[in-house]
Amino acid sequence: MNNYSGFGRIILTVVMAMCLRIAPWPGFLTNINPDWILLVLIYWAIAVPERVGIFHAWTIGLLTDVLTGRVFGQYALAYSLIIYVCLLLHKRLRQFPLPQQGLFIFFCLLFTQILLFWLNSIQHPTQPHASFWLPIVTGTLFWPPIYTALRRVRLSRRTQ
Amino acid sequence: MALLITEYRSHRLDSLRATLSVAVDPIKYLVNLPSVLIEQTAYSVSSYSTLKSENIRLRKEQFIDKTRLLKFDSLEKENIRLRALLENSFKLGEQLLIAELLSINMAPYEHIVVVNKGTRFGVHPQQPVLDANGVVGQVFRALPFSSEIMLITDPNHAIPVQVNRNGLLTIAVGSGQLNRLNLPFLPNNADIRPGDLLITSGLGGTFPSGYPVAVVDDFTPITNKPFVNITATPKAMLDRNRELLIVWGDSSPVSLTTKPKPTPEASVLRPNNQSSGSGLVGEAPAKTDRKSAESRLTRKAPAGAQTGTDNDE
Repeated sequence: MNNYSGFGRIILTVVMAMCLRIAPWPGFLTNINPDWILLVLIYWAIAVPERVGIFHAWTIGLLTDVLTGRVFGQYALAYSLIIYVCLLLHKRLRQFPLPQQGLFIFFCLLFTQILLFWLNSIQHPTQPHASFWLPIVTGTLFWPPIYTALRRVRLSRRTQ
Repeated sequence: MALLITEYRSHRLDSLRATLSVAVDPIKYLVNLPSVLIEQTAYSVSSYSTLKSENIRLRKEQFIDKTRLLKFDSLEKENIRLRALLENSFKLGEQLLIAELLSINMAPYEHIVVVNKGTRFGVHPQQPVLDANGVVGQVFRALPFSSEIMLITDPNHAIPVQVNRNGLLTIAVGSGQLNRLNLPFLPNNADIRPGDLLITSGLGGTFPSGYPVAVVDDFTPITNKPFVNITATPKAMLDRNRELLIVWGDSSPVSLTTKPKPTPEASVLRPNNQSSGSGLVGEAPAKTDRKSAESRLTRKAPAGAQTGTDNDE
């Protein structure tokens, strides 16, 4: 199995996550739209740490910055820090049962959101609405389905 | 990585952003695709009678609008003559570019929309954006294939306005709600009342003067406070429009005494804020810088025509 055989799938899933990230959700769903890109990245970092590195996370973060019109480097910084932690702990994380992984994901998303809030408030004072923190909860709830779906994507490659 | 954030303050990274956006913009169009498809299928399966009745209605509307514009030419000339007597500068009209909204959502809590025209069409930051009813916002960031538009209701946006009835100048600040603007800088005894039309004052230079912005709907004096609570409803349909108009307001200086040429370019004139006497001698309007923009001229709209009909007083 050569080193780049599954790379297309990783890119494809990340692109799908980007689509979900900017899709126009109706009404209240906009506020609870989780950070799909980060969830997908975390999965790939845990599952195939030899393929997804900090540089990939940084590049995808930079693209996310452009995609969502943020200040340059905001998501790049957050994603590379999270992926760094995931790469450090990937062996342990694989052994965790799903609820425990969910707890880890919760703290990852919380850290990202706090970092983004902090970076935003440096630029201009912001008073976030309470629902600013809701994507963390929905992201954690979406972790099991994402985990199983991406696992299926990854394993279907193995069988070919 | 943190270096990137600090470098944000300078505009050196704009070109990098533009390059990266070329890679990312297909995603925006991809996400936009379903809504376009739905719209097109709805259009293609709509019945013959619906199309016919719509056609008739549009024909009537166009007929009425044309009739209204009949006198506009002479009024325009008269206005120029009177302005020349007052030694005042005047702007006739602007170029417009129709841009279509991409149905994507960049970030919650920010009133920023994305349209499908970018720097390749000559769009540049801080251009005013209108729709058929009033001011929508301004171009916030122009990328090669798309540009981001900040709506006037964004909490970070403020627009200089003027009460159409008496010319009272103030600033309308976005509230974060799509149907509301705040006017926080007026004293308790300000002459403003519900129903007043707010138009752009042209101060600040970003927005051309005379376009309708909002209608005042609430006036609550607060005792013991120097400023009054005023809210207004935007005239533009911020959440219902798919087509927006991007305006080129600053094209070339005005020349007052020389007659404007009958060509369409003659109406692309820039307001010259110093109403000096030298403007009367009549320098030829320089129209070299916006050639690319002019080639894409889709339609020109008179500045004063809309305010005249929209004013409900």
